[in-house]
Amino acid sequence: MNQSLKTSEYKKAFLPAFKNTLPVLAGFIPLGMAYGVLMQTKGYGVLWSTLMSAIAFCGSMQFVAITLLTVVFNPIEAFLMSVMVNARHLFYGISMLEKYKGMGKAKFFLMYTLCDETFSISSSVEPPNGISKKPFYIIISALDYLYWVAGTFLGGVLGSFITFNTSGLDFVLTALFVVLFLEQWKSKESRKSGIVGILGALIGLIIFGKDNLVIPAMVIILVILLVPMFWDRRKRI
Amino acid sequence: MTLTNTQTLTIILLVALGAIITRFLPFILFPENKKPPKVISYLGKALPAAMMGLLVVYCLRSVTFSNSPHGIPELISILVIIALHKWKSNVLLSIAGGTITYMFLLQVVFT
Repeated sequence: MNQSLKTSEYKKAFLPAFKNTLPVLAGFIPLGMAYGVLMQTKGYGVLWSTLMSAIAFCGSMQFVAITLLTVVFNPIEAFLMSVMVNARHLFYGISMLEKYKGMGKAKFFLMYTLCDETFSISSSVEPPNGISKKPFYIIISALDYLYWVAGTFLGGVLGSFITFNTSGLDFVLTALFVVLFLEQWKSKESRKSGIVGILGALIGLIIFGKDNLVIPAMVIILVILLVPMFWDRRKRI
Repeated sequence: MTLTNTQTLTIILLVALGAIITRFLPFILFPENKKPPKVISYLGKALPAAMMGLLVVYCLRSVTFSNSPHGIPELISILVIIALHKWKSNVLLSIAGGTITYMFLLQVVFT
């Protein structure tokens, strides 16, 4: 494909992709800013917070890592903790194997930026008619990434100068997940796994508490989803 | 700043490495040119809905029902989202409606 055709493909895909990322824009700017401000209060200026967001790009783990930056240097713990807090991404990758096929070199970027929000959107939406999937998914990933880094930068620069009341705005990301859950709910065969996801997470929350629920929930979800599969196999034998 | 510059950079890189491993691993284990095992294809279809459910619960994990406001703002806002989405089925409208409801409840009603 020649260059101008490629560019026009990206231009065409921009608006529909951008529209899908609006909730993330509304959520990542204030959340990224909160992160930048929090890092500032621990003595890590805008350079450090922006660097962390740009390189690590993993929202919840970055907040956890603030603690790691304010205690005795422990690189092994930082690494292991990051693997555990980010373990849910394993399931995102499995879900996106099919969709991210044939993306060429861009696949590295798509994998690198596969956060909760990008996964939720990209796994739930298809490019509209006439828009190719490659530019569509790349733009979604790139915008979400930019929002997070820009939010962090703004927080680091403006810090506590911001006074308008954004309390509750972070609910926009919860709302995003609720709505995309409802979108999944539209297809009958997804309903069972949707319920399994909620149940698994609730069991994880009740037994392991709010700070350690994700990995147990993933295990529970995996087991419940796989049981019928083995059941079928046994019946066939 | 508690750590030195080199130490801070090391932490950043290791946190990034942890994230990268979890994000890249499935794609490395099941490359495009090979057909993934049946169970993986099945999980690929079943997991998105399940993970969306998990993320919803995860976002609400800090809500306490025993203390005021007893999770009422969250409950009302989610009901608003469900109603809006049933009515118009417009993703952005449902998200905006739910978020504005939540902010209003938090800032004006349950202050």
